[in-house]
Amino acid sequence: MTGATAHDVPRPRRRARDSLGRPPLVLLLPAVVAVLLLVSPLVTMVVATDPSSLAAAAGSPAVADALWLSFITSTAATVICLVLGLPLAWMLARVDFPGRRLVRSLVIVPMVLPPVVAGIALRTAFGRSGLLGEPLLATTGFAFPYTTWGVVLAHVFVALPFVVISMEGGLRAAGSGYDAAAATLGASRWLTFRRVTVPLALPGIAAALVLGWARSLGEFGATITFNGNYPGITQTMPTLIYVERQSDTDAVLALSLIMLAVSVGVLVALRDRWLVTA
Amino acid sequence: MNRPGKEGPASRARRSAAPRVRRVAAGLAAVPLVAAVLTGCGPARGEDTLQVLAAASLTDAFTELGDRFEAAHDGTDVQFSFGSSTDLAEQAADGAPGSVLATADEDAMTIATDAGAAAAPTVFATNTLVIVTPRDNPAGIGSLRDLAGTTWVRCADQAPCGRVARTVLQDAGISATPASLEEDVRATLDKVVSGEADAALVYATDAASAGDAVTTVDIPGAEREQNSYLIAALAGANDPELARAWTDFVTGPEGEAVLTAAGFSRP
Repeated sequence: MTGATAHDVPRPRRRARDSLGRPPLVLLLPAVVAVLLLVSPLVTMVVATDPSSLAAAAGSPAVADALWLSFITSTAATVICLVLGLPLAWMLARVDFPGRRLVRSLVIVPMVLPPVVAGIALRTAFGRSGLLGEPLLATTGFAFPYTTWGVVLAHVFVALPFVVISMEGGLRAAGSGYDAAAATLGASRWLTFRRVTVPLALPGIAAALVLGWARSLGEFGATITFNGNYPGITQTMPTLIYVERQSDTDAVLALSLIMLAVSVGVLVALRDRWLVTA
Repeated sequence: MNRPGKEGPASRARRSAAPRVRRVAAGLAAVPLVAAVLTGCGPARGEDTLQVLAAASLTDAFTELGDRFEAAHDGTDVQFSFGSSTDLAEQAADGAPGSVLATADEDAMTIATDAGAAAAPTVFATNTLVIVTPRDNPAGIGSLRDLAGTTWVRCADQAPCGRVARTVLQDAGISATPASLEEDVRATLDKVVSGEADAALVYATDAASAGDAVTTVDIPGAEREQNSYLIAALAGANDPELARAWTDFVTGPEGEAVLTAAGFSRP
């Protein structure tokens, strides 16, 4: 995007930025190290992958099943995160209720839990012999563990905190001034929410959903602990990679690369479509 | 009045610049010291350290053997790293520090021997597959045939215990579908112990370690598909003689007694 002619519009802006001086080395250097730290293992993974094993892995039905299941469960989890998370984020951002800070802290807790602990916690609640899971199984015959619904539940549990907290940030950044204006014009709170608050915070909400989807796609610790691993039912791509790691290193690299390509591809596609922020 | 604790930020920054440099230097000087303490192998200790990389299913038996070995060899410190056989073998092949490698199957050991990281291995124990159920056996499982229609789990085909389970089921002509293919034998056992599964296929040693928490059902014919445990000294051992002493100890009469008590069979 470097403009070549003097007629380019962005030029004055660029000059204004330059006038602040060059970035100091003390900031530039760590920034470069950060990029290298994040990118170099991914590059070496690409280099270390045997192309023939990549072809074999890409054509394997187990990989197709796992990718499809990952896609389905992450998307379902994201929809549930929207339905449950947006109202909660709105409550935290806009309603001054007693215990708000406590609720926010509680919502964040699953974020800092090791995923395996999340899986164990889910099991004590929704497991076949869990506190809620046992009566559920006794009355309906349905239990979350070993089902695709169980995978979605685990995904929602780990992704929802990220979604709520970043949505709340988005709602706060959009400001409550227009909400107040709508209220003075006689709009109800529900109408204001639908026609003013959400449209204004849409970029933040979309970004939160992408974050939640990405977190959900990479999730496996809680899933494997709570749901186990069965192809086509509970075996998502990260679970397949984890289990495959026990026997075949070449295949694992290939699977990881496919996972990387798909994740990056989806994020780039979403970025162009949904994340065009100012 | 300007009390020491209430300086302005500017003056504090100016004054503390020099001491900060000194503090950082002192911190850097402490790094080797801390590293020596953490690794616990400073030359001053005068102890021989034996590092044993061993399959997770050997945890109980090897810990016991380690205590006995230390008692018999004065001044020797036995340290264990327990984990997945494949992981440990890959680490050994990659030059990770260690004196001895003990794996739960031949495939894993091959990773280390192929890389030239391990000497010729010896089979020192075998393990047999059994069915475990929760103590009260709610699904009333008495044989492999009863697994159909229940919520049961086994190891994934990629894990050694999964390969054995698949063969045992095939031999018995059982085609029942498990609810889950767990990543390793401990996770498989855990599903029964926690009440999340009606039954699981695990090793006799895992059933023994779970004690009263589970009921064990023997599988007729399972002894034909025994899993072999292999042990080998590593090429990178800091004290090859000590490494050999440990493998002799494990394959000797005392090793056999402890392994048998933990549920292992003789090779």
